[in-house]
Amino acid sequence: MGAEFVQFSLTPILIGMFAAMACALPGNFLILRRQALIGDAISHVVLPGIVVAFLITGTVTTWPMLLGAAGAALVAVVLIEAVRRLGRIEPGAAMGVVFTSLFAGGVLLLEQTDTSAVHLDVEHALMGNLEQLIWLRADGWGSLLDPEALRHLPPELPRMALVAGIIAVLTAVFWRPLKLSSFDEGFARTLGMPVTVIGLGLVTAAAAAAVAAFDAVGSIIVIAMFICPPAAARLMTNRLGRQVAWSLLFACLSAIIGYVLAGYGPIWIGARSSVSAAGMVAVVSGIFLALACVFGPARSRVGVAAGG
Amino acid sequence: MATFFDALLLQVGYNAALVAIGAALLGFAAGAGGSFLFLRKRALVSDAVAHATLPGVGLAFIVMVALGGDGRSLPGLLIGSAISAWLGLLAVEWIVRRTRLSEDAAIGAILSVFFGLGVVLLTVIQSMSQGRQAGLEGFLLGSTAGMLFQDAMLIAGGGALVVALIWALRRPMTMVAFDPGFAAASGVDVRRIDLAMMGLVLAVTVIGLKLVGLILIVALLIIPPVTARFWSERAEAVVWAAGIIGAVSGYVGAALSASAPALPTGPIIVLISAALFVLSLLLAPSRGVLAAVLARRAFQTRVHRRQGLLALSRAEPIHDPLTVKILRREQLMRADGVATDAGRSAGERISRDEQRWSIARQQHLDTALTGRYDGLTPIEDVFTADEIAHFDAALLRST
Repeated sequence: MGAEFVQFSLTPILIGMFAAMACALPGNFLILRRQALIGDAISHVVLPGIVVAFLITGTVTTWPMLLGAAGAALVAVVLIEAVRRLGRIEPGAAMGVVFTSLFAGGVLLLEQTDTSAVHLDVEHALMGNLEQLIWLRADGWGSLLDPEALRHLPPELPRMALVAGIIAVLTAVFWRPLKLSSFDEGFARTLGMPVTVIGLGLVTAAAAAAVAAFDAVGSIIVIAMFICPPAAARLMTNRLGRQVAWSLLFACLSAIIGYVLAGYGPIWIGARSSVSAAGMVAVVSGIFLALACVFGPARSRVGVAAGG
Repeated sequence: MATFFDALLLQVGYNAALVAIGAALLGFAAGAGGSFLFLRKRALVSDAVAHATLPGVGLAFIVMVALGGDGRSLPGLLIGSAISAWLGLLAVEWIVRRTRLSEDAAIGAILSVFFGLGVVLLTVIQSMSQGRQAGLEGFLLGSTAGMLFQDAMLIAGGGALVVALIWALRRPMTMVAFDPGFAAASGVDVRRIDLAMMGLVLAVTVIGLKLVGLILIVALLIIPPVTARFWSERAEAVVWAAGIIGAVSGYVGAALSASAPALPTGPIIVLISAALFVLSLLLAPSRGVLAAVLARRAFQTRVHRRQGLLALSRAEPIHDPLTVKILRREQLMRADGVATDAGRSAGERISRDEQRWSIARQQHLDTALTGRYDGLTPIEDVFTADEIAHFDAALLRST
């Protein structure tokens, strides 16, 4: 755990943890509202957003990309709602129509324009570049106190931490309305809560988390973290507060264990190179979910005997 | 453009023709097979199935290389993908059955975890055999470039087989998709038919991998059924219409992509089916947006016309601009606001209709009949001539 760890592993793990937590937090409420697949839909439409942003600005710098992705996520949410209402189609199918079409449009645009010169391809969009977010200027744990080295932290780290912090604060502030409207929308409505606005706010927060995390860690982690940690947490407890705490724990553990297994696991068994960290984080979160499905104390539906 | 028509007429080479026919068959199978899932409200299960094919592709490649083979043989990769997609499907079922998680959470979890595992395996392959994995990324988004004759044959033949299976199983599957309770009461084994549906969707996914890619095959399973739903209320008609829409998308998409170098097959096929969807959303009779707007306009016109004529018959001034416009367009009212002869007689007719209705609502105890009063329906549509004569008599007495 020396200088090399700080240089090559500390920042990716921290970024992965913040990304995982930022996605898992809204994921808790999305799962209760049976909107778990919104995360999947958003992370697919981020691609055309990024491509369009690239076509307009001609650069792959961060801010145009983030704005493009956020715009695409917003367009997708509006389109899904429009298709659902105008066509009177059930939400799942409306989502499927919109995100696959937009994704196909993104791929086509990508192929039509010469983007081979820049680092903009589908593989990158899927897998992210967690492994490359290293902190070269660090030369040990002492660098954490060295302002000169800190200035060369990968910019994804403070950005992801900020997004995770904002989402955490928003969750705490809107805790009661979120909880009520997720469990019993009708009751929340009779209390005079703006249920539609709360729902839209939640999806917007999810989109913000997805877009911020997408840039740093790719869409696999985003989709997995929206669903797996909250789903596993839901099987651990009947109380929402504890569920959120469990989901954050699972998200952090997935990020840490997944990154370590991807980076060092193959070397332990004698292979030469590491494997995809993003993929491994998703796999580890799946293992947590599988364990929760088998052993989770609150895994059964109410009224069904445990293990039945 | 000329190449596009050549491609449409299957004139740009045997391989391209086979791909176009295969894409049409695949599109038909995807549309028809997907509509059973859509009618069963499980459209997004196909998303999990498609993503769950990736680890199978990776593992099959690794196993084939370990056995000393090439690793890129399409049948081998497809068998691997079918096995892992089947495992993914079982996992979704298991989670929904054993835990309190809802189906969408199970779908999302399985698709992300299996896809993650697939990506991990792809990086393993990259490190174990530099260069030899070329073509494997094609499974993500599909590629016709570098498709061998056997690959095209496999797609065309597999597509035909799936279409035949759908034809054979259409009755029980339609019943189960439309009304599982009724199907069970009629002696259909719902669970086995459900499994057959899933199996067909799985077959479509696996066959479509090379052509459309695993991320976009979901589109072919969802968009044509949703599109077809605009055109019919009958389950069986939806299934066949979805098949045809899928086939057209596949055929035209493959032809377009064969006619230009920078047009990848998968996205083009999906975008054509998306275009058909948008057209249907706007133009379909009765369920389309345009039809809804027209129906609303017609209703509005009837309300304003009737209220305007009533006002005319009472010689009240009319201020509402839409009412004025409608009455003047039909020459029921002059520019100075005075009723024309036609307007006066129409107004009197409607005014009498209103009076008869008000008597009917006082006298008649059958609320099912008087409940049809909405200020628009002529009384002749609801009551018989005898009854109306009776109301008229009552009217005379009251004046």
